[in-house]
Amino acid sequence: MDIIVPGHGSGGKMMNDLINNTIKSILGSDTIQIDDSAILTVPVHSIAFTTDSYTITPIEFSGGTIGSLAVNGTVNDLAVMGAVPRFISCALILEEGLPIETLKRILISMKEAALKAGVAIVTGDTKIVPKGKGDCIYINTAGIGTVENSVQRRPIVSGDSIIINGTIGDHGTAIMALRNNLSFSKGLSSDCAALNHLIQDIIKHFPDAIKFMRDATRGGVASILNEITKGASFGAKLFEEALPIRDEVKGVSEILGIDPLYSANEGKVVIVADSTYANDIVAIMKKHPEGADAAVIGTITHEFPGKAYMQTTIGGNRILPVLIEEQLPRIC
Amino acid sequence: MDIKKEAVLLSQYTLQTPVAIMEVCGTHTTEFFRTGVKDIFPQGLRLIDGPGCPVCVTSNDYLDTAIAIGWQYHCIIATFGDMMKVPSSYSSLSKEKSKGLSVEVVYSPMDAVQLAVDNPDKKIVFLSIGFETTAPAEAVCVLEAKKRNIKNFFILPGNKLTVPAVKVLLDSGEVNIDGFILPGHVSAIIGKKAWDFIATDYGKPAVVAGFEDHDLIRGTLLLLNLITHANPSVVNEYTRVVRDDGNPKALEILYSVFKKGDASWRGIGTIPESGLLLNDDYASFDALQQFTPDVPPPKEHPGCRCGELLRGVIIPTDCPLFGKACNPEHAIGPCMVSSEGPCSAYYKYGRK
Amino acid sequence: MCLAIPMTVKSIEGTKAVVESMGVEKIVDIALSPDIKINDKVIVHAGFVIEVLDPEAAREIEATWEEYTTLMGKEQ
Repeated sequence: MDIIVPGHGSGGKMMNDLINNTIKSILGSDTIQIDDSAILTVPVHSIAFTTDSYTITPIEFSGGTIGSLAVNGTVNDLAVMGAVPRFISCALILEEGLPIETLKRILISMKEAALKAGVAIVTGDTKIVPKGKGDCIYINTAGIGTVENSVQRRPIVSGDSIIINGTIGDHGTAIMALRNNLSFSKGLSSDCAALNHLIQDIIKHFPDAIKFMRDATRGGVASILNEITKGASFGAKLFEEALPIRDEVKGVSEILGIDPLYSANEGKVVIVADSTYANDIVAIMKKHPEGADAAVIGTITHEFPGKAYMQTTIGGNRILPVLIEEQLPRIC
Repeated sequence: MDIKKEAVLLSQYTLQTPVAIMEVCGTHTTEFFRTGVKDIFPQGLRLIDGPGCPVCVTSNDYLDTAIAIGWQYHCIIATFGDMMKVPSSYSSLSKEKSKGLSVEVVYSPMDAVQLAVDNPDKKIVFLSIGFETTAPAEAVCVLEAKKRNIKNFFILPGNKLTVPAVKVLLDSGEVNIDGFILPGHVSAIIGKKAWDFIATDYGKPAVVAGFEDHDLIRGTLLLLNLITHANPSVVNEYTRVVRDDGNPKALEILYSVFKKGDASWRGIGTIPESGLLLNDDYASFDALQQFTPDVPPPKEHPGCRCGELLRGVIIPTDCPLFGKACNPEHAIGPCMVSSEGPCSAYYKYGRK
Repeated sequence: MCLAIPMTVKSIEGTKAVVESMGVEKIVDIALSPDIKINDKVIVHAGFVIEVLDPEAAREIEATWEEYTTLMGKEQ
């Protein structure tokens, strides 16, 4: 089996072969530029520019790989700013011993994700680290998008609606299940997906209604709501009965003692919008495959200013505190 | 079942005088907040948190010993995730892991046995904590290790029994408790009858309750009825799981591996016959007997009031450190860091 | 102190069983409840079955509470 060896980082023939025969041939010899920088032409607009690094274990999981995650994550970071994602970079840090076949699968999933999102991978870098100094593969992607329909972001007020484009906690829960040897009768996949088409559709139809938009990745939906309400004169209230949460996510969360509201999503956007348009926004989301389970999940209130909280099934309120550290499986 | 109707019954329950009830179990502490049931308590009802968080009542020297064994004997420490961030005298497992100590989080104690099988050249020390619910599972693992002649698996005994702790609270008379919500899953093992002494010996009512929102509502309603009608009996709300005599097979296995012994409880001190030690037949699995680490003298934070809290004398907000010097990010006492610690629950879900 | 959840027994092999809840499957140890049968609902804690759910008791208590809430509802 071919694996990554120190020679792949040498700067010599082995490295050139890896870059040309494996990386560029998969990611796109047509788009990746050979010089030290990619020269890009963008229409006259403001640009959005972002970067993110990906270190997830396991590197392959149901619904995606570290590669598709890296593309979609960066695409979504651009999209929630109202930008149309155009170009991304791909920097790979490979640990000695990584099977080339695995690398190829990851690169293919990157390419597929980029095609789906409509972005071009235009530049890249590859470094090799000794065995034990990395965790198979790390990826950094930076992205550039053009801001064509900017979001107005009027102030959030009491009565505004909190909307999400689908089920909560799928990605984080799927990963936790994999790490803890839980399996599924029907399956649970990561929700890893690019949201730019869905988001652009909403912005196009309701440029004035959207007051806040953020992809709910690490820390989950509850952390986004804490971000919105921090120091604010309003609170964010969720309705437990309105939350779209898959049975499998509920099951894993109960078994491991974790809370899906704090589990990562990789294809979910939380929107705060004028309540007049809330149902119309949900209807537009539902037209996209990434928005099939979209729902209004809460409202902005005067109660508990500065807090995110949830009205439970029985009608009591429960604070959704700021997450301090990563959730661990527990027995108590 | 119309849970919303039952919720209304609880929220509108009329109390003639203020009532204080104790939930013994830490999972109940958290679930009362998480389900919103505490939020709909009627006027005058106060919930006092009991000593039922196994992580919270574990004294500092236990973790100090675990860390010392880990470093000095190059062992892998296997632990439930619950213990990771709990402060020891000088550190925590999480901090020591960052420094390079081998620490593995396991979901089941059997995963720790498997870790020993998978790493034959390493010694695995499993931190055996938990009450009657967890201890039988840990006993099965010791039996399994013996049966399969696994020589690199050890446990650090830290299990405790809830009944002696509740007796100590009742004997001390420090707190005025009108009734108890009793731990459903401990009771699944030891049986409802194990709690009858609360009524017969101490004249107090108690309800064995489950952990879902409707269990909490019903358990509280039942207890309030017993208190209102001055009816000191022990009632089982969780009949679908808890039998009068518990799970005899689990108890048989538990006491084939462990024997009762004195145990040191944080804040309460040593309670006779309240801990579980390995029987002599299993001494070769006992980390305390197989290793003799140098353990630094245990140290408690002088201002920490976890002890009084675990005895039900104060509630978290009475502690001057609460939310200030002591918070989940920089926990001084275990009640702030354990997921089911009362301080953690108050900090996370409280309204302040 | 003890997170434990109800799951349904799907298959049994020796001292292990596959249990399922809400589409999630897990292999658990049944040494503490060796007499369980397929389709039993069991309570799982830390990877072990610690007790079998009694459906009859569950039905009884539901009936009792229905009566109770109706009664209390009328009183108020």
